[in-house]
Amino acid sequence: MASLGSYLHRHPRLRLAGLLSAPLLWLVVAYLGALAVLLVSAFWTVNGFTGEVVRQFSLGNFRTLLAEEVYRNVALRSVGVAAAVTVICVVVAVPMAFFMAKVAPAGSRHWLVIAILTPLWASYLVKAYAWRILLANDGPMDTLFGGPGYGLPATVLVLAYLWLPYMILPVYAGLERLPDSLLEASADLGARAGRTFRSVVLPTLVPSVLAGSIFTFSLSLGDYITVQIVGGKTQLIGNLVYANIGAANNLPFAAAIACVPVLIMVIYLLAVRRSGALEEL
Amino acid sequence: MTLSAPARWALRAVMALGLTFIYVPLLLVLINSFNGDRTFAWPPHDLTTRWWSAAWANEGAREALLTSIRAGLGATAIALVLGTMIAFAVQRFAFFGRDTISLLVLLPIALPGIVTGIALDSAWRSVMGDLGIGKGMFSIIVGHATFCVVTVYNNVLARLRRTGTNLEEASADLGASGFQTFRYVTFPLIRSALLAGGLLAFALSFDEIIVTTFTAGPGVTTLPIWIFNNLFRPNQAPVVNVVAAVLIVLSVIPVWLAQRIAGPQAGAGRT
Repeated sequence: MASLGSYLHRHPRLRLAGLLSAPLLWLVVAYLGALAVLLVSAFWTVNGFTGEVVRQFSLGNFRTLLAEEVYRNVALRSVGVAAAVTVICVVVAVPMAFFMAKVAPAGSRHWLVIAILTPLWASYLVKAYAWRILLANDGPMDTLFGGPGYGLPATVLVLAYLWLPYMILPVYAGLERLPDSLLEASADLGARAGRTFRSVVLPTLVPSVLAGSIFTFSLSLGDYITVQIVGGKTQLIGNLVYANIGAANNLPFAAAIACVPVLIMVIYLLAVRRSGALEEL
Repeated sequence: MTLSAPARWALRAVMALGLTFIYVPLLLVLINSFNGDRTFAWPPHDLTTRWWSAAWANEGAREALLTSIRAGLGATAIALVLGTMIAFAVQRFAFFGRDTISLLVLLPIALPGIVTGIALDSAWRSVMGDLGIGKGMFSIIVGHATFCVVTVYNNVLARLRRTGTNLEEASADLGASGFQTFRYVTFPLIRSALLAGGLLAFALSFDEIIVTTFTAGPGVTTLPIWIFNNLFRPNQAPVVNVVAAVLIVLSVIPVWLAQRIAGPQAGAGRT
């Protein structure tokens, strides 16, 4: 035991290999491997008669995806929903986080964070279900506001509800690190609140908002459960993928559709990484 | 900055509205679980506890709860081991591709769940299927562990960054073996980070439905899948209401635990 320990101590590369082998075997071989297989199978096709996968390279799936208007519309709608959810979350989260970090008395900040945090632990499905009750015909929302009922607006609303804390928390964390003295210095130098916000608060806000947007955007882009619960007949990318695996039994085409959100997210992550927002997570 | 009084009031109002927006739906579920009317007319006319006893007697819901707990514990255990190993490797060593690893760990949770789901599903079918291992509890745990690693990794990494290596070097200088140093110095230092990360991992796994849909074999039902299957059945609505209410009440426990473990920031980032 002791000799092994000292041997390892003298050979840091060996220690590193020991630490990394199992996790990398899992994440690179199993997970990235699975993603790679998925990507490859997107170029395969399914024999229309036997329903068996034909393992021959073909761009047919992607051609269908680009050519047919249905798919283009669903893809655009999904990106639109994800973007709308992100924008709503930013608009609601920034003033809330600002209040929590800079306006609320120091003693109550802790409790406000807990108040935002607690619903995160409540089940995703339970929250979507709560909105199903709220939005039902003759339900509370219908009685009070006369709508919106199930459909696309309901989907955006519920997704924004679900992912709001994921935006508030990083923005709050970012604002909390911004020293109050900077804000005072800005005021002392004659800046009004609006100018201080633009020149001092906003630069610290951007990486935090980007960090939060990874969650709000990606989680909305892949969602197909909430859509089924409150979306009425609305279809998003996730529903198409799901339908092609299940009912249509066309895994290659499902894989081809799934490439769309992956591509969008990879571009998004790489862009965000340049801004240093990944450090904020 | 010096905000005008109206601006302060506006922010206060936004905060109050935001919290109302967050909590009203949850309260509604709680009240609805006591709604005596079978059609759940709103507002409820009379209150009853009979749905609660009906839910308690529901075999399917209880079974699903146990399955979820088992899957969560399995996934958390794997995530704790793998996440800690990666965090140590990244924090204590310099090597080619180190920056890529944090991206790689984040990937399973950053990519849409349905992508991770079908990727794991097709890989399982083509690799494990040939080995004769069908889908079931094991495949659920594997799927969940893949996206749970990031919570442990982030917590342990942050802790290692803060603590540095001085104490471990002192321990080695005083003659402790590598194992003793880990047992008496390193482990106590990272223990609360492990608890916080493990708690998050368990919560992620307990709540997951999309990846589970693709990795669960036939006959294995976790609680989220049970809820989803029964969501559209009107005659199951009373039991679903109660299960939903229970999950809302239970969500207080991890927050309370996280507060006790490591203060307010412990659970701040879910990943």
